Amino acid sequence: MAKTVDVENLSIYYGSFLAVEDVTMTIRAQQVTALIGPSGCGKSTFLRSINRMHEVIPGARVEGRLALDGRDLYGPGVDPVGVRRQVGMVFQRPNPFPTMSIYENVVAGMKLNNRKASKPVLDELVEMSLRGANLWKEVKDRLDKPGSGLSGGQQQRLCIARAIAVQPDVLLMDEPCSALDPISTLAIEDLINELKTEYTIVIVTHNMQQAARVSNYTGFFNIEGTGKPGRLVEMDETRTIFSHPAEKATEDYVSGRFG
Amino acid sequence: MTSTTDAATGRPTARPVLQVGDRVFVNLTRGAGVLLLVVLAGVAVFLIAEAVPALIAPSDELPGGLTLIAYIAPLVFGTILSAAIALVVATPLGVGVALFISHYAPLRIAQPLAYLVDLLAAVPSIVYGLWGAAVLGPASVGLATWLNEWFGWLPFFAGPVSATGRTMLVAGLVLAVMILPIITAVSREVFRQTPKLHEEAALALGATRWEMIRMAVLPFGRSGVISGAMLGLGRALGETMAVAIVLSVSGGVTLNLISSGNPSTIAANIALQFPESSGLAVNTLIASGLVLFVITLLVNAAARAIVNRRREFSGAN
Ligand SMILES: Nc1ncnc2c1ncn2[C@@H]1O[C@H](COP(=O)(O)OP(=O)(O)OP(=O)(O)O)[C@@H](O)[C@H]1O
Ligand SMILES: [Mg+2]
Repeated sequence: MAKTVDVENLSIYYGSFLAVEDVTMTIRAQQVTALIGPSGCGKSTFLRSINRMHEVIPGARVEGRLALDGRDLYGPGVDPVGVRRQVGMVFQRPNPFPTMSIYENVVAGMKLNNRKASKPVLDELVEMSLRGANLWKEVKDRLDKPGSGLSGGQQQRLCIARAIAVQPDVLLMDEPCSALDPISTLAIEDLINELKTEYTIVIVTHNMQQAARVSNYTGFFNIEGTGKPGRLVEMDETRTIFSHPAEKATEDYVSGRFG
Repeated sequence: MTSTTDAATGRPTARPVLQVGDRVFVNLTRGAGVLLLVVLAGVAVFLIAEAVPALIAPSDELPGGLTLIAYIAPLVFGTILSAAIALVVATPLGVGVALFISHYAPLRIAQPLAYLVDLLAAVPSIVYGLWGAAVLGPASVGLATWLNEWFGWLPFFAGPVSATGRTMLVAGLVLAVMILPIITAVSREVFRQTPKLHEEAALALGATRWEMIRMAVLPFGRSGVISGAMLGLGRALGETMAVAIVLSVSGGVTLNLISSGNPSTIAANIALQFPESSGLAVNTLIASGLVLFVITLLVNAAARAIVNRRREFSGAN
């Protein structure tokens, strides 16, 4: 079920390099939160810290607090593997497992959690997840074909189906449409709108219109210069950010007068 | 650029236009390919031509007074058995070491280890042979005795245990050590090339490192592992000196891996017999070489078939 993410004074380091400094924000349940900002300001870094994916990179670490419905995700004894089962992720480039069929891709996460699931249970899960990702109609006759044989947009929806098949509490998306054509982008945006009734969604995007279209809340990150850490400039309802933001920098950025 | 036209019809031909550099390169690669085929064909022709006298000779003129098949069959058996032991031992070990180097060990340990494994490949096979006969063989007697005691009901460990340890088991193990570097090196390279994208996809689903390896790394590296194993198998099948030194030979076909009566292998037998052979005996040895050649070709074809079987899912698209 959708959960709230509370971030308090979170700083993220790559080794000794401070990439993101002192972020405090609340990501509300059953809402879409968009993260915008110029390239290199740490949006991806911040997003990946929410499911501890940044730890894949040697030397990456955080300071501060990040809690999912009050439970500290960085507390002692918290297993990052468990965190990632609760906080799913969709990447910039569609990445279905090339050696697996469409069906196997969808159940991949489920297989990790519960190896003994029976065939009918898995069948149902596959249909539910693919329907949830608006992909069922297009692939139901070729579930045993490789996932890499789909179009880019279909692959991305397959990745979303794979992520929601494990019923996470939060779904993170890092520029999920940047490798897609406008039609596929629209399909994903519609999907995000439907998914927010069940999940807490955080999406990083470079597309202002997209942020305005899909999100309820928007956080603007900025960076003062190369080598400086990224910071959260402000966060508010999307409508406010795009009409009368509190900060001048935000207004410049969303209106395209950046630099 | 000039467009080519067919002289007879004056219409543009279907030949693609090629830059000079491309044309040179195409011809170079084509030449190399043809050369390879010519060499291969030359070897085959030589083997067949020299084997024919042995094929048509009456069996009482052949060495040992055996028919050709009765002479070669135990050698084929010994060749395949020793290579199979090597493969069964070296493949999981090689894959394990490769995974450790590519995905577990910190760089500080991984690099020296990778270097060390590569170094194993540079050791001459005669050294492995001496090591097998002088060190591993005697050291294996204890293990063989234990295997015989507990698993004697398996035909492999039926005994009696060889006192010198110059057994099929030790020959197979020496071969395993010899083919370990190639399997490790090839596997390590493909594992390292697993797309980050797919590793992260697995991790983001909540896979542990081992689960990530099973979901993303091993399927991606599968064809590479098979190629490495086949290269290793090729070396094990053809290995001469190490086997010739280690194995105590007495002819017969047996699955018993720990006794002193073992079939020889084709390559080792040729090396041991050739200096004292003349006439038909040489033809017989060459006929056995022809059989080895065919076995190697079959092994390669089989490997290719396995790699191609799930090409659709290989991730190459
Ligand atoms: N693996 C890494 N190792 C070291 N530094 C990194 C690593 N990944 C990112 N960084 C640094 O962290 C900072 C933030 O990068 P990040 O990828 O989070 O930016 P971003 O806002 O997502 O940019 P973009 O919009 O271009 O995707 C940059 O200065 C970047 O160089
Ligand atoms: Mg990014």
